[in-house]
This record gives sequence, structure tokens and C-alpha cells, in this order.
Amino acid sequence: MNWTSILNNAIEAAIGTDMIIYCLAAIGLNVTFGYSGLLNFGQAAFVGVAAYGLATTVATFGLSFWTGIAVGLVAVVVLALLLGIPTLRLRADYLAIVTLAAAEIVRLVFRSVTLRDTFGGSDGLQAFSGGFYALNPFQTGLTTTLVSFSERQLWIITVGWVLIMVSLLVVWALMRSPWGRVLKAIREDEDAVRSLGKNVYGYKLQALVIGGFFGALGGFVYALAFAAVQPDFTASDFTFFAYTILLLGGAARVFGPLLGAIIFWAILSLSDGILRGGQSTGAIPDWILGPTDAGAVRFMIVGLALMLLMIYRPQGILGDRREIALDAR
Amino acid sequence: MGRPSTAVRRPPTSRDTVERSRAAVILAALLALLGTIGLAVVPATPALAQGSESVRGAIRSEGEGVAGVRITVTSESGESVGEATTDADGAWEVPVPGPGTYVVTLDTATLPAELPGVRQDTVTTVVNAQQAKAVLFVIGEPTGEGGVGPPAGGTSRLDTAAQLTVEGLRFGLILALAALGLSMIFGTTGLTNFSHGELITFGAIVAWWFNSAGLHIVPAALLAIVLSGAFGYAQDVGLWRPLRRRGTGLIAAMIVSIGLALFLRNLYLYRFGGETRSYLQYATQQGISIGPVTQAPRDYVSMVIALVAILAVTTALSRTRLGKATRAVSDNPALAASSGIDVDRVIRVVWVFGAALAGLSGVLLGLSQQVNYQMGFQSLLLVFAAVILGGLGTIWGSILGAIIVGVFIQVSTLVVPAELKNAGVLAVLIIILLIRPQGLLGRRERIG
Repeated sequence: MNWTSILNNAIEAAIGTDMIIYCLAAIGLNVTFGYSGLLNFGQAAFVGVAAYGLATTVATFGLSFWTGIAVGLVAVVVLALLLGIPTLRLRADYLAIVTLAAAEIVRLVFRSVTLRDTFGGSDGLQAFSGGFYALNPFQTGLTTTLVSFSERQLWIITVGWVLIMVSLLVVWALMRSPWGRVLKAIREDEDAVRSLGKNVYGYKLQALVIGGFFGALGGFVYALAFAAVQPDFTASDFTFFAYTILLLGGAARVFGPLLGAIIFWAILSLSDGILRGGQSTGAIPDWILGPTDAGAVRFMIVGLALMLLMIYRPQGILGDRREIALDAR
Repeated sequence: MGRPSTAVRRPPTSRDTVERSRAAVILAALLALLGTIGLAVVPATPALAQGSESVRGAIRSEGEGVAGVRITVTSESGESVGEATTDADGAWEVPVPGPGTYVVTLDTATLPAELPGVRQDTVTTVVNAQQAKAVLFVIGEPTGEGGVGPPAGGTSRLDTAAQLTVEGLRFGLILALAALGLSMIFGTTGLTNFSHGELITFGAIVAWWFNSAGLHIVPAALLAIVLSGAFGYAQDVGLWRPLRRRGTGLIAAMIVSIGLALFLRNLYLYRFGGETRSYLQYATQQGISIGPVTQAPRDYVSMVIALVAILAVTTALSRTRLGKATRAVSDNPALAASSGIDVDRVIRVVWVFGAALAGLSGVLLGLSQQVNYQMGFQSLLLVFAAVILGGLGTIWGSILGAIIVGVFIQVSTLVVPAELKNAGVLAVLIIILLIRPQGLLGRRERIG
């Protein structure tokens, strides 16, 4: 078993593109779920719509990269309004089911054979990221003893980290503003806020749009990092992983999503490396772990972690237990 | 007088701990059982199908497989998708790129000379997401040139609608089994159980394990249903009751159920594998026509079984003491407890029966659509749609909702592309929630 390469992979995963995508999605969730208490299970749809907005504009309609980004953002705002206007009046568990259903509708539409000419069916779309990599200032890749990235990876990771930092700054500023205090108050006691004359519904809708906006940034990073979009990437598991990340790091904490995403991907990569390494060297016998089983086992760990976190430490690493004493309202 | 108040209070720790650890042992034992069955059987079984969607079938003549027959599959627009040649058992399978309509053609020139031919050498078929669609070629005198699959050719639109309605009714009845359990669990505990789909898969997979270990599917299914009930019991005693005692909020419990669903689904993937497999019996059957409707005999039997199970449960709920107690707990747990009903026991029974019903629905689903580790998860949103449509927590509502959802899904394929039929029903769900959030039969209370 090659510990150096396992460790290198873990470090690369902890700062790499997957981490960035999920971190941005979780930052969005932090706004909708962490600060506003909305059980939004449709975060995958925002990621998917932004990624497809960019990919379809460039690959199918042949427009420029920046038009694609604009289309993606507009599409996300439209989705948030479409999703929010009917559902934000519903009780928490209903909201969860409806947003999950909406995300599934979005995925099925992207996947459909009928719209294959536009969205590419189950194969998705490619060849739209040229405009982005044309801007790449890095001439050579980065190779150190710890990590190695190609110049393309280096570019998308730099952009991704800048997006994360800006997003965290925006969330921090928003949540210490009067607007953010109203959001937190809505999470704590909606009726009390309403009795103070605030338009609770409007605040919730704004939170959903802003949360979706951060998800959209994640969607762009996804589309550009893989230079391809694929409908099943945004299956409901994506949202569940983003929740795990948020709950791990600490909901309603500015740095919660970042810490959660780094740990999540480091653990995922480490467990994968150790399981595969053990399997290939024979340390783990074949009847326990076949060649293709490592993927399943590490997601079992994710599921178990989500359960245990929610039962024993719902506030995660950074959070405050009193802040997410959630209940159905 | 003067009696210290602490003496009256039940010391809460010791007994609870014993119960909790016992529960954990049961859960662990059950999971271990799940593991060992898988270990014993899975390596011996050949993988039937890799990947997600495919069309498949078996060419047989007088019980013997016909080898060497060439099958070609093209898309609706005539593009070639793939071809296969039958193996020694007559089995063939062609992976297809995604859900949609495909034309399957049997090359009659490759049939052995002693056979008279096939009734129809071209079949048009609709493949759903994650489905390995079985396509049947019947050995016999040819009845005409191509394009005579069930819903095609000369059949009228009305006949197609009748066929789709019956198929939808069957799917709805199967969904209703799962929806009943979900609705009862919600009614008595308030838990929105996202891991209910994995109970469906549990039944299907356990039945498959017994089946592939040599047991006929009927006893295998019965065993699977019993084990599903035991699994439900273990879940309640090992996980949900301790959580209720801790006072875990409903939202937190819901997120726990999502974690459990992720865990179980990947446990199935780990032990059962990603393939789609079918039961050894009743996999390919000649259809029986009743009026304009053609279904395999197993499908008629499935409908009857589901109907009987639903009637049995609803009768039990309205007639027996335990059923009445269940409805009382559903109505108002505190009031039920104060009138002497053992709420914990009722909830336990609900979990056992809810899980057993889900297991049965898994077996029936496995019979008609084959067994896959994701089958329950993929039905979960439809079960939710059914339950919400009928009214969360109501018994008749969830049955009605399931049947509406089932029929709607199938009949909507008349106008909606087949791969988008689930999207259609989910959109309807959202619209219903806007107009009537309490569902069709639900009571008006605070939902918004």
C-alpha cells in the first residue's frame, strides 16, 4: 500500500475541485437551511441548472462563455422563484419533499431522450469550456511533494477558492446585517417575526434565491472543472452530501461549509485509498471487499456519519447547539 | 408525608440501557444476517446485466433455449443501437443508451430450420429509466410483418389507454402497499421516513437471495416479507424508539432517516452489486389477453395479491382492537396513551406491518421490473407523491393516492414522452400541494 500517494490524493481532494463544488453548494444551503431554517432539498437542482445553463448556451447555441454564465445565473434565479413562490408557505417536511421532487424533475428533463438535441440526454454536454481556459494565466502545472495539479486544474482551483472566499465574505456580511438577523429570527420563531410586521415570505424567498446563487457558483465550477455536464451528477445524493458537509462543519456558521467540505473530501479520499490499497495488496480479503466495492463502502460511511452527527452532535464541529434546535413548524 | 420524591420516580437509566443495548444487538444481528446471506450467494451468481437500461429476453422452444439467434435493436428513428446473439439458454440482452422507445428485431434467418418462425419478428417497446425491459418473441407461425408489439400497429388509441390503465392500476396497487406503511408510520410517529424506499428494496433483495439459493420464489417471497417485518421491528427498537425517548425533533429524525437510506442503499450495492437481476421463476411469461389488455399471468396475480393485502390491512385497521388503537394513536398520541393504549407497542406493530408491506411491494416490483439496489429509492418519491396526494397520515387517502399516481404515470405516456412520465407526476404533486395541501382525503390543519 502506497501511503504517500494515498496521502497526496487526500490532500488534493481536500483542496481540489470536488471540495470546491460541494463547498459552494453547502454555503448556499447554509443560507437557506442553516440561517433561515428552510429544509431545501433541491440544492442539486440549482447546481444542475447553472451548469446546464452555461453548457447549453455555449455548446448547443454557440454563444460566448460570459453569455453562458449570465444565462446560468438568470436560470437559477428563475428556478428559485418558481420553486419558492408555491412551496415556501408549506410546512417543513412538505417543503423537503417538494424541493426534492422539483430537483428530480429538473434531472429527468436534462436526461430525457426527447430533449437530447438541447441537453444531450444521459451523456450530457461537452466542449463548452474553451472560453474559460483561454483566460488561463498559468503556463505550467504545479508539482510539489504534496500535491500535483496540471495548469488547467490550477486555474479552476484558483478561481474556485476565490469564489469560496468571496462567498464566505458575502455570507458573513449578510448575516451580521439587519437582514441576516431577520432571517435568523424567522428560523427561531416565524410567528414572532410576522407579528413584528416583517414580510416572512419575502425574506424566505430572498434566502432561497441567494442560497441558489451560491449553488450556481458550484455548478459553474463543476461544469468547467470536468469540461462536461452530466445529468446524474445532480441526483438527490448530491444534496444529501451537501447536507452532510454542512452538518459536519456546523450549520449557521460562516466557516462551517468550508471546514465540512475539506474534512468530508479528505475522509472520502482517505477511506477510498485505504480500502482500495488494502484490497489490491490483499490486506483485506476478497470476500470482504471485491474490486468494485470500495465506492459503496465509503458512501455507507457517509450515511452512517450523517445519522450519528444528527443524533449526537447536530451542531457539527463549529456550531452552537442552541442554534439548530430544529423542529417541524 | 415526608416521602422523598425521588423514590417515586422511576430510575430511568438501567432498564433503558438494557433495552437499548438489546435493541442494538437485534439490529446488529439482522444486519449480520443480511451480510452473510449476501456473502453466501452473491459470488456464485453470474452478472446478468451491467449498466442501467437494456432490453433483454430469452428465446425458448419447448422449454429449451434456442442459441445463435441474432437480435438487433434500433432507436425509434432507425439508428442502430446494438445487437446480440442468444446464448445456450436462449438468453440475450442489448444495453440501450437511455430510456425511450426502441424497435427490437429478430433475424428470422438465424432461427434453426426446424422451428416454424416467430409470430412477430419486430417488437416496439418502451424502456424506462433503470429498467431491463423484457421483450418476448413467441415461436410459432408468423402472423404478419413487423410492428405488432402490444401497444402498436393496428391497436386503437382506446385499447392502448385500457392497457395502460390496467398497468397503471397494477403499479398503483404495488405503490399503495408501500404508501400504507409510510402513511401509518407518519401518522403514529410524525416521522417523514426517507428510508422507506430501502424497506422496499430490502424485501426484493432478500427474496432474490433466497430464490437464487434454490428456493422457489413463493416461499422465498414469504420469508422475505417475514424478514422485512423483523427488519422494521429492529429499526424501531434499535433506532427510532431510542430517538423518540431522547426527544429528537422530527426534522432531525428526518435527516437521520436520510442518513439511514444512504447507508442501506450502499450496503445493498456492496452486498448485492449494481446489476439488475430477475427472479428465477416467472421471469418471462406468455401474455394473457383479457379484452384489449395483455399482461403476463404474474402481473394479474400480483394485482390480486396486492389487493388482498390492502383489504386485509384496512379491515384489520377498522375492525380489530389493535387497528382501532393504531388509529387512535394516529389521531392523538397523548389522548390515546391516557386512555390506556400502549403507544410504544402500537408504534412497534405499525413498524413491523409497515415494513412487511413495503417488503411485499418490493417483491412484486421485483417480479415486474426486476431487482436492483436502487429500486426502492427510485420509487420513494412516487410513494411520497401518493401519500401526499391522498393526505399524509390517512389510510384510505394513501391507497387512493397511490392508485391515482400509478394510473396517471402510465396513462400520461399517451401524451408525455415515456422517460418524462415520473417528472409529470411529480409536477402534478407540486400543483396539488398548492391547491389542496392537506391532500384529497386529509383533514384541514396547519400544513402551510
